[in-house]
Amino acid sequence: MKRFHALFQALDTTRKTSAKEAALVDYFQSAPAADAAWAAHLLLGRKGRRAVNTRLLREWASEISGHPLWLVEESYDAVGDLAETIALLVPEPAGRVEPPPLAQFIEERVIGLAALDEDAKKALVLDTWRITNEGERFLFHKLISGGFRVGVAKGLVARALSVVAGVDKPTMLHRLSGRWEPTAEAWQRLIAEEEEGADPLRPYPFFLAHPVPDEIAEIGPATDFQAEWKWDGIRAQAVRRGEELLLWSRGEDLVNTGFPEITAEFRALPKGTVLDGELLAWDGDAPMGFHALQRRIQRKSVSAKLRAEVPTRFIAYDLLEQGGEDLRALPLADRRARLESLVAAANLPHLGLAEIVPGPTWEELAATRESSRERGVEGLMLKRRDAPYGAGRVRGPWWKWKIDPFTVDTVMIYAQRGHGRRASLYTDYTLGVWDGDQLVPVAKAYSGLTDAEIRRVDHFVRRNIKDRFGPVRVVEPKLVFEIAFEGIQPSPRHKSGIALRFPRIARWREDKPPEEADTLESLRELLGS
Amino acid sequence: MAASFQSKPDLVRTTEHGLWCEAGGFYIDPWKPVDRAIVTHAHADHTRPGSLRYLSSERGADLVRQRTSLAVHGPVCVESIPYGERRQIGDVTVSLHPAGHVLGSAQVRIEHRGEVWVVAGDYKVDPDPTCEPFEAVACDVFITESTFGLPVFDWPSPESVAGEIMAWWQANAEAGRTSLLCAYALGKSQRVLAGLLPHMGEAPGPIAVHGALHNLLPPYRAQGIELPETRYASPEVAKEIKGRGLVVAPPSGNGTPWMRKFGDVSTGFASGWMALRGPRRRRNFDHGFVVSDHADWKGLLSAIEATGASRVLVTHGYIDTLVRYLSEERGLQAERLDSEFEGEEGSSADVGATTAEGAE
Repeated sequence: MKRFHALFQALDTTRKTSAKEAALVDYFQSAPAADAAWAAHLLLGRKGRRAVNTRLLREWASEISGHPLWLVEESYDAVGDLAETIALLVPEPAGRVEPPPLAQFIEERVIGLAALDEDAKKALVLDTWRITNEGERFLFHKLISGGFRVGVAKGLVARALSVVAGVDKPTMLHRLSGRWEPTAEAWQRLIAEEEEGADPLRPYPFFLAHPVPDEIAEIGPATDFQAEWKWDGIRAQAVRRGEELLLWSRGEDLVNTGFPEITAEFRALPKGTVLDGELLAWDGDAPMGFHALQRRIQRKSVSAKLRAEVPTRFIAYDLLEQGGEDLRALPLADRRARLESLVAAANLPHLGLAEIVPGPTWEELAATRESSRERGVEGLMLKRRDAPYGAGRVRGPWWKWKIDPFTVDTVMIYAQRGHGRRASLYTDYTLGVWDGDQLVPVAKAYSGLTDAEIRRVDHFVRRNIKDRFGPVRVVEPKLVFEIAFEGIQPSPRHKSGIALRFPRIARWREDKPPEEADTLESLRELLGS
Repeated sequence: MAASFQSKPDLVRTTEHGLWCEAGGFYIDPWKPVDRAIVTHAHADHTRPGSLRYLSSERGADLVRQRTSLAVHGPVCVESIPYGERRQIGDVTVSLHPAGHVLGSAQVRIEHRGEVWVVAGDYKVDPDPTCEPFEAVACDVFITESTFGLPVFDWPSPESVAGEIMAWWQANAEAGRTSLLCAYALGKSQRVLAGLLPHMGEAPGPIAVHGALHNLLPPYRAQGIELPETRYASPEVAKEIKGRGLVVAPPSGNGTPWMRKFGDVSTGFASGWMALRGPRRRRNFDHGFVVSDHADWKGLLSAIEATGASRVLVTHGYIDTLVRYLSEERGLQAERLDSEFEGEEGSSADVGATTAEGAE
């Protein structure tokens, strides 16, 4: 635990990628296998389970620290991170013994905790507080709340692991995909020169696109690229191997249960096939939009009614494996040809083939892209015809050319303190538009401003508080923000009657008085589009 | 009930100009220009230029003059009195007492018809070799700040932090990096420097200071406060100390082209806000050191208790939390008092900000 805490500190206190990588390599080379396996598991952001209710944690912290519960809550409100708040409030133990190594610590005090009854849980948590310092307590709280997040990119962890194993990064990304348990054995396989005994059903690392530069021609002549629609669904790989058919989402979650008709039907694909594509809610010949698809996501089972209301489809745009052979090194044009014949031969009702959007020039593609909104897509994907299928986000072969978002000018009406990196600053804003002489909230936005702007808005909020409701501050309606959003839906749950999709602050309109912000009426007019 | 049971009007209250003592005819740390101001210390949010007459502690007078003479308002009159000396102003008796915040910082004691009020300004109770220690002054009504008024703020000992800074400096020097330590120019920087004095035997290089700080050191040395040897961080000095020296600079120096002359640097920041991970990660510093010239939670509570005050007015910081705690847990009559004071680097938001931005 001590060593892992030191690694965490090193990652948390430096902004330099090279220093982070060095700290990771150093840790992975020196830690015992079981600890290293857990560290990799945690740093890659693989899911944990909540082992204890956070309400109980607050109550115990109140009891141990002697601070009334409301003061614990107020502290949390100001700090913005419960794990940190409690780590700070629990008194430093005198003459403590060191906590055990990471793997043992997790097995005994994190995994073991979930199974206990409330009294035994309390005893174990309090005991752990007696053997940990502030930083270790913080990690402990993160571990038992199932929300372990560290400021380190998955790609960086993979790179460090590839250095330790002496393989290239795409190989390491592939080894890391799919299912593996954080054990000493899995660790040995991960860093072995030649990998054996890996999950036979794992997906390939997803290949990701960069946004296009402002000047589209900079990426090369249009004829070098294959253009496809950019779908607004769930990126997924359909892995057909052995007797199984697994649907892996980009976050490497298995999503089969939400799509039973596809799971059943795709077993008819030849063994040793891996398709890359998009899961969509699909009505006849067009996508139904993400809000419909959301009803399918993370379902343990799907009722006949939901099946009928939200039909689905898998649009395939790449073929990564055929006859058990890894095709990723082939140029896209070759993979595409194979994909087309495979989809045609399979002839499955829920399997679609991604249409190629004809060019041949950037001008024509730009004109076609204008129809994205009515087609229910997000714009275009541009893929180099001669490029192999890479791993992760690589600049050059794949680009996304999204349509411009909608924008609306809004007035800030409420502010709340942020969490995580922005804890204790007023960074969460509720924004409204005019409905007559009233401002009605239409969006909550958490991002889009620079750090310097956030400081100035925070300063404004502190000086313009009209009222307080719990953590929410009602502010003078003076600041105007232009927000961008991807779509608009009717919503009976909201006072405004509408809900915006992915609202974020596009810019601070310091040039605009609040009276000139947009109206609810003008937003409602967008509902049809 | 007879009229004698009516409560007396408050001796100090907030007006649009600042904290106003009507019976004495003066303001304390006014935020707008006034005729007569008593100032607790020379930080920008407490000593603002533009007033006609200032009264400060004797030890803080030079710094107050520096701050107020920046104005274009013509000659200013800065009077000073030693700590503890009583002076009749209007209908009240005034004396100044050490607040332990920065050199010359003062609490203002005001006595009027047997009632005593103390305006503490900014204060801390931890030891600090660069200023006079906080003095508990018995009073009926205590006006306290609340910058760090939450129990999550629990300062480490100044010695241990000095040790951390030295260890960081040594590790940087070993890696061939210059150490750039940012700290508020008035008070914090001198305190950090003084803290390093006992460790200077292990120093891997010389110390240089940014111009903004260089000019603030003579008033300290003139009062006999011992600081390690420092040099002005000129381009020549920068060349000489590159890779092994420690540079102390105001937070506004971080991320500017000025930094480039020191080559590869590791940056550190000394502030009470560095006790929290959010501000630590939000600011672009490699390392945070928990150093504050304000009282932490325990410090606030012990100071309040030591005054024996039955009524406490709470200004700038976590006002509502401290008011509720004092009322519910300590049985005191505690109230909110709005002001335009800003606490440490304004707020957690302003930690290390280049300037105090967008105030009005």
